[in-house]
Amino acid sequence: MYITKNGVKTDKAIVLDDMILTKDMPTTAGSRMLEGYNSLFNATVVDKLTDAGYEIAGKANVGEFAIDVMGETSHFGAVKDDEGNLSLGSAEILKKEKVKAAIQLDVNGAPRRASAVSRLVFVKPTYGTVSRYGTVPVACSGETVGVMAKSANDCLEVLEVISGYDAKDGTSLPADMIEEAGEIKRVAVVTAFDGSIDDGVKADIDAFVKTLEAKGVAVEKIDGAGLLASKTAWNILMSAELCNNVSRYDGVKYGYRTSDYTTIDELYTNSRTEAFGDLLKTAILYGSETLSDENYMKVYDKALRVRRVTVDYFDSLFENYDAVLMPATSKKAYGEADVKDMAYEENLYTAPASITGLPAVVAEGVQLVGKVFSEKALLELVKLCKEGE
Amino acid sequence: MKYETVIGLEVHIELATESKIFCSCSAKFGGEQNDHVCPACAGMPGMLPIVNKRVVDLGMTAGMMLNCHINRTTTFDKKSYYYPDLPNAYQTTQWFAPVAVNGTVEIETSKGKKNVRIKQIHMEEDAGKLVHDDWTNTTLVDFNRTSVPLIEIVSQPDLSSAEEVVAYLERLRSLLRFAKVSDCRMEQGSMRCDVNLSVRPEGSDKLGIRTEMKNMNSISAITRAIEYEVARHIDAIENGTEELVQETRRWDDVKGKSYAMRNKETAGDYRYFPDPNVMPVVIDDEWYDGIKATLPEFPEVKRARYIDQLGLGEYDADQLVESRAFCDCFEEAYAVCGNAKEVANYLISDCMNLLNKKQMTVDMLTLEGKSLGELINLVTEGKVSRPNAKKILAVMFENDINPAEYAEKEGFIVSNDTGKIEKVIAEAIASDPKAVADFKGGKEKALMALFGKCMKELKGNCDPQTLREMLIDAVNKQ
Repeated sequence: MYITKNGVKTDKAIVLDDMILTKDMPTTAGSRMLEGYNSLFNATVVDKLTDAGYEIAGKANVGEFAIDVMGETSHFGAVKDDEGNLSLGSAEILKKEKVKAAIQLDVNGAPRRASAVSRLVFVKPTYGTVSRYGTVPVACSGETVGVMAKSANDCLEVLEVISGYDAKDGTSLPADMIEEAGEIKRVAVVTAFDGSIDDGVKADIDAFVKTLEAKGVAVEKIDGAGLLASKTAWNILMSAELCNNVSRYDGVKYGYRTSDYTTIDELYTNSRTEAFGDLLKTAILYGSETLSDENYMKVYDKALRVRRVTVDYFDSLFENYDAVLMPATSKKAYGEADVKDMAYEENLYTAPASITGLPAVVAEGVQLVGKVFSEKALLELVKLCKEGE
Repeated sequence: MKYETVIGLEVHIELATESKIFCSCSAKFGGEQNDHVCPACAGMPGMLPIVNKRVVDLGMTAGMMLNCHINRTTTFDKKSYYYPDLPNAYQTTQWFAPVAVNGTVEIETSKGKKNVRIKQIHMEEDAGKLVHDDWTNTTLVDFNRTSVPLIEIVSQPDLSSAEEVVAYLERLRSLLRFAKVSDCRMEQGSMRCDVNLSVRPEGSDKLGIRTEMKNMNSISAITRAIEYEVARHIDAIENGTEELVQETRRWDDVKGKSYAMRNKETAGDYRYFPDPNVMPVVIDDEWYDGIKATLPEFPEVKRARYIDQLGLGEYDADQLVESRAFCDCFEEAYAVCGNAKEVANYLISDCMNLLNKKQMTVDMLTLEGKSLGELINLVTEGKVSRPNAKKILAVMFENDINPAEYAEKEGFIVSNDTGKIEKVIAEAIASDPKAVADFKGGKEKALMALFGKCMKELKGNCDPQTLREMLIDAVNKQ
């Protein structure tokens, strides 16, 4: 049982990462810009959970606006595991406390990477099945609210609670548009990433393939080179949307305001210069460039085409397979020094599901990406693999 | 050398919706500062835009009124710029697939009729307002207007004089008010206009250097500004008084001059891109046909029908088609009573007086046409006298009442009870023998005193002709 701050004993404790807005707790998005910011409203997922009898245990640290490798850019400092490797706040809380699950906004794959290195389960459901109302917006065309837990069962339980149509989110899918995918019987293993992953990750994939085969799932190796373009395209789309979404933090209405200004332009510039970290600034500059008059057709529009092509590519794979198995990370663990300048590289493995909105499940250090509305089937497959262990 | 002027207009019109474009805040003009604000229109993180369907209805309506092609899949895009009255630092607008494109508007000037092509109509959100406080030397932001829905109507550069611009604006105003898209009130800012203008030698096919004047909000200021700019351009070309540059200029109507705005305010790369939070709006046949069915007749079509078919005079028809509210009321009342001239009289004189007294505009008329028709029936059937009908109308103006029931209740029904009338006449005669004697002695006017007394006693509920005849009878019998 988990005992909350208010002394409530519960086996339904939930931790929220700091991208999920709450009325009675600050939400910082890991940024100095929003230090002490209190939302006027709760995210839909928060209300759904508390309505269903879950207790919000608290908020967990994230990297600034959740675009980094694994929380290393948080204004409040990085979180380390017991070995001194990088981890995410949610993952460490799950490992150490008796909480049921963590709710996270998967913007650029950090929760998937953290689950892989921490041997936790994370489900990023199909885009549009869980409301994004009340989440700090970063890359709205692909970011998804997901669930991290110690088991596939816990993920299934909590996912059931937070899913469902929400009239306050224009991209939320009505129930009649959702047709759950069937059981996963055929899995394709992507080899195109083999050159970039370390032996530990390779061993995890091999081990998972063996388990699948032992459970009677058909496994076939495919090249999957069509997934390699997702990273660059996603970096373009994410940065562009981020640049636009964080423009609202200008020091005028709320959030950090510089004390050093005399004109409105200085108020904007100095507030943002002082409150934003380096990675975020890089993303803003990059995003701003990609959307410029000069570059829009050359860069941004191309990235939208890659998104379309990638959706088609997955569709072609799903003619023969029910899910695609691939790594979630290049490494079994990240030291803090390892991840410098890696945020736009390490998402090579997470970008395909981010850019397409397809569901992904990370478990046993590997990642499964499935057809639309297959998140439950993917979690059931993970459950099957754990049976008899 | 002779010159010709080339003008294109961008007209912003606030839509007549109850709520804002992406949230449920009130879109009404005015209110205490920052009263009509929620986390969404204040740019707080986590709120997602939900398109107000009414905005799309009105966008389509405007498009159809201006003969546009309606894009059956229309999308919203983000336009980025920093300004304190824009809380998200982006405006959600339509860049790639606006709701309506390729229309035409017919205008008429002293030179005859002309078609002005419409490039596009797009839907977007308005910005807030900055309030400068000179006393404390601070600037405050009022977000009430933030996210109030607008359409922007972009014309092709088909206009060539201030007269044409005025005719075009008047025509837009008339059509859009008629279709209840907007009240188009320039003085309240619900209709604003950017003027793009250049000058070239007559007959040339090359455009001159273009300048833009933003946020013009009165017809007379627009006329003055255009005349000033044309003169300035020609002066620059002929006499080299200055070098013309493509720029945005501010019109100062008090000084009667235009000024270049700081370069910083004009240079802009707005970094448009599709808003991923707003799904494309797909207009199916049912929706399209539904809007099509609500379109009003054009004002000139109504006018012709009122004159040719209903027999109204030109003056009456002109007065009525000034306002859709008048036309609607007129047509409803006519359907009930079948007396066009009578309805027009009540609307044009009595209702107009009542509106003026209350300082309301014609579009604010809420009178039920059906009730007006019923009231006219009561009058023509002789059940209610004309002066009493006016009293009833004044009450109907403010309350939704049934005129027949109200007349009954308040004792406004003309009495057919000749016994009662005879009794009243007898009393009047008895009380004023002098008047009787005077009348008999040839003083016609003396009868009026008796008549007035009787009418007062009967509370006006008597046909004057009947009363008059009965009174003369009674007096003569004395």
